[in-house]
Amino acid sequence: MNFHPNDVVRRARVTVFIGAAIMLVLMVAFFRTQIMRYRQWVLQAEGNRLREVPVPSPRGTIYDRNGKVIAENVVGYTVSVLAQTEDSLRGTLGRLASKVPLSPTQLDLAVRRFRRAPNRPTMIFSDASFRVVSVLEEHRVDFPSLIVQSGPKRYYPHGSAVVPFVGYTGEITEAELAEPRYAQYRGGQIVGKLGLEKEYEAVLHGREGSRFVEVDARGRVVREEGAQERKPTQADSLQTNIDLDLQLYTASLFGDSLMGGAVAMDPTTGAVLALYSAPSYDPNEFIGGVSFAYYDSLRNNPKRPLYNKAVQGSYPPGSTWKLATAILALQEDVITTDARMPQQCNGFYYFGDRAWACWEKAGHGNLTLVEAIAQSCNVYFYQLGLKLGLSRLVVGGVQLGFARKTDIDLPEETRSRFPERLQYFNERYGPRGWTTGAAALNMAIGQGDNAQTVINMARFYSALATDGMAARPTIVKRRPERTRIMNLTAEQLTDLRGAMAGVTAAGGTAASAALSGTVLAGKTGSAQTAALVPGKKAVCDDAWFVGFAPADDPRIVVSVVLECGGHGYLAARLASEIVGKYLGVKPVSRILTEGND
Amino acid sequence: MRIRGSVSIDWQLVVAAILLSLYGIAIVYSAGQTDIPTYVAGVWRQQLLWLALGIAGAYLVSRASMRMLEWLAVPLYISTILILAYLLFFGGGGGTAASTKSWIVIGGMKLGQPSELAKITVVLMLGKLLSASKGPPKSLLDLWKPALVVGIPWLLIIGQPDLGTGIVFLGIFFAMLFWSGISWRLLLLLASPIVSLILGGVTQLWGSWFLLLLALVIWYKPFPWEGAVFVAANVLTGVVAPLIWERLRPYQQARLKTFLDPSIDPRRTGYQVIQSQVAIGSGGWFGKGYTEGTQKRLSFLPAQHTDFIFSVVGEELGFVGITLALALFAVFFLRIIRVAERASDSFSSLVAFGLLASWFTHVVINVGMTLNLMPITGIPLPFFSYGGSFMLSSWLAIGIVVRIAHEGRGGRHAAGMV
Repeated sequence: MNFHPNDVVRRARVTVFIGAAIMLVLMVAFFRTQIMRYRQWVLQAEGNRLREVPVPSPRGTIYDRNGKVIAENVVGYTVSVLAQTEDSLRGTLGRLASKVPLSPTQLDLAVRRFRRAPNRPTMIFSDASFRVVSVLEEHRVDFPSLIVQSGPKRYYPHGSAVVPFVGYTGEITEAELAEPRYAQYRGGQIVGKLGLEKEYEAVLHGREGSRFVEVDARGRVVREEGAQERKPTQADSLQTNIDLDLQLYTASLFGDSLMGGAVAMDPTTGAVLALYSAPSYDPNEFIGGVSFAYYDSLRNNPKRPLYNKAVQGSYPPGSTWKLATAILALQEDVITTDARMPQQCNGFYYFGDRAWACWEKAGHGNLTLVEAIAQSCNVYFYQLGLKLGLSRLVVGGVQLGFARKTDIDLPEETRSRFPERLQYFNERYGPRGWTTGAAALNMAIGQGDNAQTVINMARFYSALATDGMAARPTIVKRRPERTRIMNLTAEQLTDLRGAMAGVTAAGGTAASAALSGTVLAGKTGSAQTAALVPGKKAVCDDAWFVGFAPADDPRIVVSVVLECGGHGYLAARLASEIVGKYLGVKPVSRILTEGND
Repeated sequence: MRIRGSVSIDWQLVVAAILLSLYGIAIVYSAGQTDIPTYVAGVWRQQLLWLALGIAGAYLVSRASMRMLEWLAVPLYISTILILAYLLFFGGGGGTAASTKSWIVIGGMKLGQPSELAKITVVLMLGKLLSASKGPPKSLLDLWKPALVVGIPWLLIIGQPDLGTGIVFLGIFFAMLFWSGISWRLLLLLASPIVSLILGGVTQLWGSWFLLLLALVIWYKPFPWEGAVFVAANVLTGVVAPLIWERLRPYQQARLKTFLDPSIDPRRTGYQVIQSQVAIGSGGWFGKGYTEGTQKRLSFLPAQHTDFIFSVVGEELGFVGITLALALFAVFFLRIIRVAERASDSFSSLVAFGLLASWFTHVVINVGMTLNLMPITGIPLPFFSYGGSFMLSSWLAIGIVVRIAHEGRGGRHAAGMV
């Protein structure tokens, strides 16, 4: 080694210089990291340690017109996991499955939820039973990344009785998240799926709150971080027009065996008092995710409980539509209310190359319009239909609202089926596949290409019950909307109402539906449809009754359909029970022979 | 005033080292303060014990004269080689890679990491060798012995495999050659194959480096033979580099890749260095407070009591704490340079400088690693990282430096007071 002092000093200087340069580089690097990019790293450190846990807001309570609860919130438990990676989630789920029942589908669902929102707690049980919660609390130490949270859970005290209009809630789906109306929503949130819950989602939802938990590197929850907590805001409640007592009574009338739909509403305001579809199902089963067994049993039920027979199902209106024929004829001055037809009813009407039957094989004889309505004479209406002509029946029918929705505040309402213009027949049957006459005959008695929802018939009859203006049915309280759909004089309307009152009078087609102390006016109907017998081609008659009471000052319109109910008077009896309950009167108990229609 | 047998102490050096050690143990204590406690919570006590042991050892070492150490250099060196060779076959795992065989394990007890002591014995041996001749190594022929002295233990340690300590040996080697007064041209030639090795992965980079080297060699013609040999060596390492790359273990490859870009795999291999930067960066000027670092508390920071302990300093004590630590190191290093400068003989001078090189390499690589300025090699930070062998060997080395200071100019021994 060269150990000359001068050289050593020189080398020492070089060493200090190089060493200082390197230390300076380190200092600059620390300065850049800690001082210049401080904010960025702080954000990242906070993001590391804090996890946002959403606190769901209680949904708005839904009340009936008397303040009785239709839908409310009870305390439920959710169980979710804060996972760092999919692998760690699977690991936790695997260990969880050894403690509490966890099906493979639940596992898959949880993994999918995680992939959608990896930074939010992954929901495992959206409605954990008390047993599951207590088991998990017992093994709290084994599952430090678990978040067991109590929160509001939707509950319908009268479940199956109210589900046809109230619907139910559920976790938002991926498809829904893609819709613009759910732009503000995030995966894992609860939304209305059906009925009022869906229609008034914006009102009922409230604003989700959030809290923060501090987690360690393995996602174990270390402590609550109270400072940044944001409380959820309770949503507004919803006041409905529903009369819960009437709704429950209606549901009880259908019982377990009957199949069909019923709507009761106030004809002057459109306030829906009751809306039911039978058979029904329990919406509480859907809260927190419906079990496959239950859902399958609903889907495979031939009576299709998930199909809303009040607003989705369309049924040929049959004789209940004869009022429409009558109104159009009166409006067009084709006849008057006491007019008779050229040919009296002998049980048949010969047109074209066939005999068109009246339901009364013995014949009704010579009738006025009023009598023909009360006795539902087909032969009278065949001739009236021909007089009026198909064109006026179609155009007039559209004006009366048979080709449209009622715009009731239920998202699942479907449009009734009715030809919107004459061209329809050419499109449907080909230019030579039909004749105007036959089509007019069918249409005049509510058959043919005409299928109406229960709610749409209620709307139509609300115009008959009042001054010719149809009310828009509304479940939730709001300003009534009425539209004039017919131009009849007060006398003409009174005459028609009188004719309909005759339906429940002795000799009418629904005499057994009469009420004591008040007059139920209405019209029965029955129409052949394919029966819901799986695997078999069978037909049965759907029974209709649409009416209102009291006949001279109607306060309630009722529209009832009974699938495969046979005769219209059966529907009428059910309707009369509903009306009687609402008006506080009793049906007249008398045994009478009734018509077949 | 002369007290028989007493050694004059370079107090600046010793106080800097004690402050560094206490600072380090305070951080080791903090590193154990996690929300979910682990065994790390208690290791500061052991570290304190090792410090006491180290100081006692340093005192004893400082009593031994440099002549005795020079005489001991060869036997110490040979026994080091034997122990390292033994470890290759019977060493125990530990540290980052469980396959690393750096521990002496007897009866299941991990006794220590001999490679820490090997740093000292290699410095002693190299010092003895380089001080034996009057001048610095002037040719390749002069270099084969020093290269062998470092090369044998280096290969044994690389074989463990312990890449980090291997790099420290290179630092010691080049630093001591520099201190011996070797021509800078020869030093650069010597270092050039390493550059080739690093650049070998990218053909264009290596090509330009090679052309530059060739031009310099032809232009200066400094050492014709050596020039030719090292140009050839550059070709060789350039070719071998990709092959070595393929032979590297996956975790070693991953470490080098993430050094170039930590974001390629932020959850796994890039995780450590990203979390370390998050910890340091979120410390700001004054830090989050002693023991309050969230990255550390919640275990986001990996190896917070060993390799990444400096990140805890950055997170909890901020830029101020970092500056303080680096300033203490700077004082410590400056004192050793002064000791080496004023040493009584060339052996002592070389030993002091070699020990300095060892510490300096550790500090630069470890601290650089926490900010991703250096690849993760898993070498500890002197006086800070938890680890008994390193604390002990560092203090034994301080004992040697104290002795050199004592014997050198300014020391009582040299001033004729003996």
